[in-house]
Amino acid sequence: MYLSKDDEKGLGGNYGEAVATAYRILVAVGESANADRLIPIEWSHVSGVNYNTIGSSGRDFLEELASDPSAKAKVPTTLNPMGFDRSKKDMVSEEFFNSQNRIVQAYRSMEFTLSFTCIPYEAFFLPGPKSNVSFAETNAAIYVNSILGLHTNKESALSALASSLIGKTPFSGLLVEENRYAKARLIPKIKLETEIDFGLFGFHAGKTIRDGSVSLGNTFKEMDRFKLKAFSAGLGTSGTCGMFTSEEEIKAEMVDVGKEELETIKDELNTAESGDIITLGSPQLGMVELNHVSNMVEDKKFTKKCFVFCPRTICDKAKRFGVTDNIEKAGAEIICDSCTCLSPLFNKNNTDSIITNSVKAAYYMKHSNKLDVHLSDLNTILTKYTEKR
Amino acid sequence: MLKEKEDKDKYKEWEKEIPCKVIVSGYAIADPIYSPLPINFLAMINIDSGIIIDPLHPLFEKSIRNRILIFPNSIGSSVGAYVYYALKKKDTAPKGIICTSTVDYITASGCAISNIPLVFIKDFNWIFDDEKKEIILDGHNKLVKF
Repeated sequence: MYLSKDDEKGLGGNYGEAVATAYRILVAVGESANADRLIPIEWSHVSGVNYNTIGSSGRDFLEELASDPSAKAKVPTTLNPMGFDRSKKDMVSEEFFNSQNRIVQAYRSMEFTLSFTCIPYEAFFLPGPKSNVSFAETNAAIYVNSILGLHTNKESALSALASSLIGKTPFSGLLVEENRYAKARLIPKIKLETEIDFGLFGFHAGKTIRDGSVSLGNTFKEMDRFKLKAFSAGLGTSGTCGMFTSEEEIKAEMVDVGKEELETIKDELNTAESGDIITLGSPQLGMVELNHVSNMVEDKKFTKKCFVFCPRTICDKAKRFGVTDNIEKAGAEIICDSCTCLSPLFNKNNTDSIITNSVKAAYYMKHSNKLDVHLSDLNTILTKYTEKR
Repeated sequence: MLKEKEDKDKYKEWEKEIPCKVIVSGYAIADPIYSPLPINFLAMINIDSGIIIDPLHPLFEKSIRNRILIFPNSIGSSVGAYVYYALKKKDTAPKGIICTSTVDYITASGCAISNIPLVFIKDFNWIFDDEKKEIILDGHNKLVKF
C-alpha cells in the first residue's frame, strides 16, 4: 500500500505514539485488503465501548492510547452502546460501573461523541450518499452501505478507531465502486413475513455469501424499517458480507433459500418455549419502532418484565412527543445508552431465558451470556405477553 | 528461547515451504491447529483458556493457545478485534495465524496491536493429518514451513 510522506511520518511516530499505533492498524488492514492507498473519510462509527465485550485489557489499551496527546478524532466520530444506562447506574456492579466509566473517559478525551448508539443512521444526520466513512458496528455498516448509499467497509472496532484518529481509511473493498455490485442473488422460496424471518434470512445469507455484496432482488423493495434492520443485523452477525442490493440482473449466481435453511438456524437459536423477560432492541429501537410499540400497548400492560433499548437522543425526542408514555404505563423499562446484545444486565444469575425478536440478540445471548432464548416477532410479543390494563 | 529455535530452524530440513503474504510480520514455531470454518472471536472463545466453546464449531473444546491457528477468517462482531488483544494479554493467544480465505479487518487489526504474526495463504489445501508436528510461520522470509 502506498503511503504518502505525511503517512510515513505518522507511522514513524513523528505525530505521536497514538497516531503511530493507528497507522500500524491501518497498514495491516490495508495490506490484508490489497488497498493501494489511504483515502480521507467524513465520519467514523466506533465499536468496542461495552466493558462486557472489551474487558480490562481493552479498557487499559484505550486508556493508554487516550493518554497520548495525539489521540484526537480527526472526523466526527460516534460511539456504539456501552454496558448500562447512564441514568440508572445502580443496575450494574460498582466494579463494572468504574471500568465502564474509565472506557467512556478515554473516548471522551479522544473527543468522540458519546452517542452510545448502534443505529447512528437513525440518531444522526450522516454525510450524503457516496461519502466515504468508516463504520465498525456491523448492522450499521451494512445498513448505511445498503440503504443510505454511504461507502464503508465492515470495519473492526480497532480499524474504525484508527481511521478516526487519522481521518483516513484504506481504499479497498466496498469503497471501490465495482466491488459494490453483487455476484450472487438470494431468492427466498418461502414467504418472508416478520422481522424474525428477515433476521434469519440475513443470518443465513451471512453464512452462505463470502462476497462483499449480495443482491436480494425484488425482496429488498418489500422490506420496511423493521425488516431492513433485522436483515442487516442478522447478516452482520454470521459472516463477512457488508452490504445488500436490489439488483435484478446478476450474471454469476442465483441462490435459493428455502424453509429448511431458515428453520435450521431458528432451531439453533430458539432454545426456549418462553422466557423470564422480554428484551426489545438489538439493534436499538428508533422512533418508528418506539411509535409502533407505543400504539400496540395502549391501554395494556406487560405480563412479563420488559426492557426496551434505544439511543438517548431518540428516547428524549420520543418523550417530548409523548411516544414513551404508553410504553412506560405498560410497565416496560426504557434503557438508553446500551443494547440487548451482550448486556451485563442479563446473566445466568438473574435470568434463565429471554424473549426477543432479534436474531442477533439471540445469537449473542446464547453464545456469550449463556442464556436460553425464545425468538418471537414483535407483534406476537406485544400481543401474547400483554393484557388489558 | 524463540531465538534458539529460530537458529535451529536454519539447519533443519523442512518438507515443504509455502510462500505467503505477510500482514503482521514476525516469527512463530508451534503445533498447528486447523479449522475449516471461520471463527466468531467474540462469541466462540473462552479468553481465559483460549478454548473454543461453541459446540457446533469443529474446534469445540480445543485450545488455540500457543498454536499456529490456520483458519479461513474471522466473522461476526467488530469487537472481535479486542478479543485477539485480550488473548495476548492473558497469554492464551495463538503464536501465529494463517488465514486461508481472506484476512478480515477484525483479524488484521487485532493482530496488529497484539503483535501476533499473521499471514495469508491463498487456496490453502494442505490436509492436516498431524497436529502434533511443529510448523514455522516465518514472516521475515514470507514463508510457512512444515
